[in-house]
Amino acid sequence: MHKASPVLLVERKYFTFASDEPMILDSGERLGPITLAYETYGSLNKTRSNAILILHALSGDAHVAGYHSLTDKQPGWWDDCIGPGKAFDTDRYFIICSNIIGGCQGSTGPSSINAKNGKPYGLNFPVVTIADMVRAQRYLIDHLSIEKLMAVAGGSMGGMQVLQWIVSYPGRVRSALPIATTARHSPMLIAFSEVGRQAIYADPNWNGGDYYTGPHPNAGLALARMIGHITYLSETSMHQKFGRRLQEREHFGYDFDTDFAIEGYLRYKGSRFTERFDANSYLYVTKAMDYFDLSNGHGDLSAAFAESNHITYLVISFTTDWLYPPYHSKELVSALTAVGADVSYCNVQSSWGHDAFLLEVDTMTHLISNFLERVAQYQGISPDN
Amino acid sequence: MLLTTVHFHLPMGTPKANPPTMRADLLAVAGLIQPGEKVLDLGCGDGMLLRYLIDTRQITGRGVELSEEGVLACMQKGLSVRQGDLHEGLGDYPNQSFDTVILSYTIPYLNDPAFVIKEMLRVGQRAIISFPNWGHWHCRLSFLLTGRIPITHDLPQAWDEAPRARPLTVQDFISFCIHNGIRILSDIYLNDSRRLSTGPGVNLLATTAIFELK
Repeated sequence: MHKASPVLLVERKYFTFASDEPMILDSGERLGPITLAYETYGSLNKTRSNAILILHALSGDAHVAGYHSLTDKQPGWWDDCIGPGKAFDTDRYFIICSNIIGGCQGSTGPSSINAKNGKPYGLNFPVVTIADMVRAQRYLIDHLSIEKLMAVAGGSMGGMQVLQWIVSYPGRVRSALPIATTARHSPMLIAFSEVGRQAIYADPNWNGGDYYTGPHPNAGLALARMIGHITYLSETSMHQKFGRRLQEREHFGYDFDTDFAIEGYLRYKGSRFTERFDANSYLYVTKAMDYFDLSNGHGDLSAAFAESNHITYLVISFTTDWLYPPYHSKELVSALTAVGADVSYCNVQSSWGHDAFLLEVDTMTHLISNFLERVAQYQGISPDN
Repeated sequence: MLLTTVHFHLPMGTPKANPPTMRADLLAVAGLIQPGEKVLDLGCGDGMLLRYLIDTRQITGRGVELSEEGVLACMQKGLSVRQGDLHEGLGDYPNQSFDTVILSYTIPYLNDPAFVIKEMLRVGQRAIISFPNWGHWHCRLSFLLTGRIPITHDLPQAWDEAPRARPLTVQDFISFCIHNGIRILSDIYLNDSRRLSTGPGVNLLATTAIFELK
């Protein structure tokens, strides 16, 4: 636990909607009722103008900071950046973190019970897109009576949701922070998603997605996660973190137990993941990312941003991120510049690969806190008004 | 051989006593900016000029800066700044989308100055360019006496150091403008912080030149 400030205790909240009138998805399918899990930190000011929506990556959840109980070992996934005096300062801003539909962390997804037959949806759950996730989050923001979000922020798939927010609901957002992300999933990203999904399909326990009453496809899901983890690191960070070090042995074993530290790390991460993540959700969420292409239906990227040029932007990429490489962010910056938007951009020097967006805390805190301060000042937003 | 070790330092860029200090060339550039203008500062460094223009002239300012260090300093000053290379980044800005595009003390470091200057005039209603003048008599004398490229306070890198700087003089710049059909709206010459009157001697006497172009 961090000692700098008192422990931030939070609870997960749930909002259920679309019970009477289902929400229509990009696929044309209808979904309802829908539950979204979310958490909030800090307090909303009188004019409800200091709200910041944080969106999470593939395996994240609404628990972005603080602890659910004093016995929790780990704080929320972005605790380094969210809290009193941190990048997203909970003394000044009201922070909301929303989960996604299709996920498995308290929101409606393939492991939820289908009201029609009382059984988990499994593959009967409709395929959702990033735009559908954001559509559902808009209901939550309406429910919280927030007319305009001071900022929308997120890394990786969270960044895709940020970009979708500014395209779908430009009038509801004052500033946007897409971090280590892309405006369209590249063929390489789709390829990695597909290999992860194939690992799950190949697990006999997957059983066409119908496994909730029996053993789960943990081997497939763990393998998918191991592949994912490779893409979140960089060659440099693997050298620094593991090198060719052996795992709890002095010499090669000349067997197929874990020899190298990097193998041990991946196996551990893979197996831990199966304790908290649903294999079907992994299929749905990666599919949503693969479909993501903001220019779709708009011609080019600048056309997609035509209605979003009043928003203030901070785009951040990391030099060794090869999953969402800096040129993806530069493309974003170019398109936003072309529509005349106020866009700040920093390509942060880092050896951590894609994971840098969780690790380069000092540089990100500098960039984000100063940026938010400027937005708040310009819009006359303070905790007291 | 003795003379080869002598460096002739131009007295530019010496910090002044009472803060907030602004370099004389930056003050001269600022003097050309009208209140409320939309200004793009290329190679904006730590953002000192943009911050000054926002505080004193209520401009809308944007900066482009190559170094992460510069970008972080600009963010701290509450500026809108984009990290990037001028040669790739300028193309993104729509035609005539700024009142003024500034290039302050950056021109000796550009790979393709002609391209950047033309782009500045496409993106802005006008361009303001300032640079240290190698035509100054100190430089000429230094070169004559030592046979070596002069090293000045403004451009302290020796020929083998990075970033490589390409010197230019007032006369070089005026010739460039004439050959490229670029109109010089006004020109300002400084010797240290002292303003010189324009005339035939400026290329010998000015340490800094500032041009307003269209």
